[in-house]
Amino acid sequence: MMKLLISLFVGLTLMSAPVHAQSGPLRLELDQGIIEPLPFAVPSFVPDGPAASQYAADISRVVAADLTGTGLFREISSDAFISRVSSFDAPVQFADWKAINAEALVTGAVNVSGNRLTVRFRVWDVFSGQELGNGLQFAGTTEGWRRMAHKVSDQVYSRITGEGAYFDSRVAFVSESGPKDQRRKRLAIMDYDGANVQYLTDSAAIVLAPRFSPNGEQLLYTSYETGQPRIYVLDVGRVKRQELNTQEGTMSFSPRFSPDGRSIVYSLTQGGNTDLWKMDLASGQSVRLTNTPAIETAPSYSPDGSRIVFESDRSGTPQLYIMPANGGEATRISFGQGRYGTPVWSPRGDLIAFTKQNKGRFHIGVMRTDGSEERLLTASFLDEGPTWSPNGRVIMFTRETQGASGRSTLYSVDISGRNLRPVRTPDGGSDPSWGPLQN
Amino acid sequence: MNLLSKAAALGMIALMAACTNNDPSAFGAGQGGNGALVPGSPSDPRSPAYFQQTVGDRVLFEVDQSTLTPAAQTVLQGQADWLLANTDFIATIEGHADEQGTREYNLALGARRANAAREFLISRGVAGNRLETVSYGKERPIEICSIEECYSKNRRAVTVLTGSTTG
Repeated sequence: MMKLLISLFVGLTLMSAPVHAQSGPLRLELDQGIIEPLPFAVPSFVPDGPAASQYAADISRVVAADLTGTGLFREISSDAFISRVSSFDAPVQFADWKAINAEALVTGAVNVSGNRLTVRFRVWDVFSGQELGNGLQFAGTTEGWRRMAHKVSDQVYSRITGEGAYFDSRVAFVSESGPKDQRRKRLAIMDYDGANVQYLTDSAAIVLAPRFSPNGEQLLYTSYETGQPRIYVLDVGRVKRQELNTQEGTMSFSPRFSPDGRSIVYSLTQGGNTDLWKMDLASGQSVRLTNTPAIETAPSYSPDGSRIVFESDRSGTPQLYIMPANGGEATRISFGQGRYGTPVWSPRGDLIAFTKQNKGRFHIGVMRTDGSEERLLTASFLDEGPTWSPNGRVIMFTRETQGASGRSTLYSVDISGRNLRPVRTPDGGSDPSWGPLQN
Repeated sequence: MNLLSKAAALGMIALMAACTNNDPSAFGAGQGGNGALVPGSPSDPRSPAYFQQTVGDRVLFEVDQSTLTPAAQTVLQGQADWLLANTDFIATIEGHADEQGTREYNLALGARRANAAREFLISRGVAGNRLETVSYGKERPIEICSIEECYSKNRRAVTVLTGSTTG
């Protein structure tokens, strides 16, 4: 497991420019229904020596890819550049960047000393000719260069949109290979953009639905290694796992952490009936949260930990319900046509993402927590299992294609419904869980 | 692949085809064959192969349902009779779903189906401690086309003879 120490501080040696980080004119308001992506330029970061030149080129490419990948920004090709940036501290020729209509400009410098890598960068509002926020410097090891690029992207995104970002984050998922009737599944983890895939289990037993802990250090998942589906918790850093002590001889699955990381909520099946239970991780004690003859599964906490949204077929078809986190009366929130499943509460608390099945098609959608303002973001033969980006702006999910050659792929989509794109993984992928921003 | 190993592989495929569920834990040889027949062969009524092929090891379900159809009840009655006559065997009933549905819901649905089959067998006198259940949800389809013809075969509960009470 990669271990990085990234120090973050304001570069005091940098040229000081008037700072208008919060009131600068360059601002992308994400709730205004953006149609036109904001044009930006990322000239290759300036290396301070031959050892840094490949890192400088690669880091600037990853920053550009992060920003472009949001669908909110459009990169201006270096072919159009008038200015070359050959010194990080030289004054920016704003007229040259205005002329090619670059509204935002990201400049940077890379220093490599042994295996130590330092990245400095600045974000410029080209049309006002001012720096957006302060110049910053990240230091780490050369092997962590992609993370430092993502940290630069996070800063650029946040300064321009005024919102939290999501690039320096990881996604746990199930790597899938082989045909549908002999599918091999392995637990895996990767950077949000599909880079640095690591496998955490082999394919000897079916594994399902990893779920990150709030701090990103542990994963809950379901495995058939005893023959029955059972819940395990895995320490991501040490790849060490432990079976959770749900009741013997039963199926337990669909686990999810509480926001404080101290307990989990999960499905337990007894005598063919599936209900929701909650386990205190310190004591290992479980308590029952639902007690109906219906199927209750796919629970997800509200960010404040006070409520749980889940799926139940108590009305006859699978629908979404919300109940207090300690159980009690549940309120149905889904009333549209079709069947609803796998609800996931947004990290901002305002929306619930879900899978919807209607008229032979599957959709990923979002609704407000009272069930109003339902919007379907995708449609295909089989879309399921949404997970939220740390800033609540993007949803990743599983798309399975039909037929004998059907294959599972991870996709992401903006909550506006725009920017649907596959996430490239070495094999097929399913059941993504998007972890928190890394420190 | 050389010819010899190809022939061996073909032999394997033939063997696996005889075991319709391809389950490595399913018995290849019966317990206590009566001697007049080849013990363990499908013609030996006390063999797991006979149970699979002649009695019928699986029942099918309607979309989203775990209710046993009259056809399913007939098959399960045969299973119950066989299990009552062959008390050495224990079984695991595997519940499955087709791919139309979320992974979590299908796991729970498969459990309902396996339990429906188990409850029927118990109601016909089979001891509950001989019958385990497990659900695979939509993880182990046997047919992989995405039309009802395949889906209908995937919505199943399969009774797999997993061991013998006498060891």
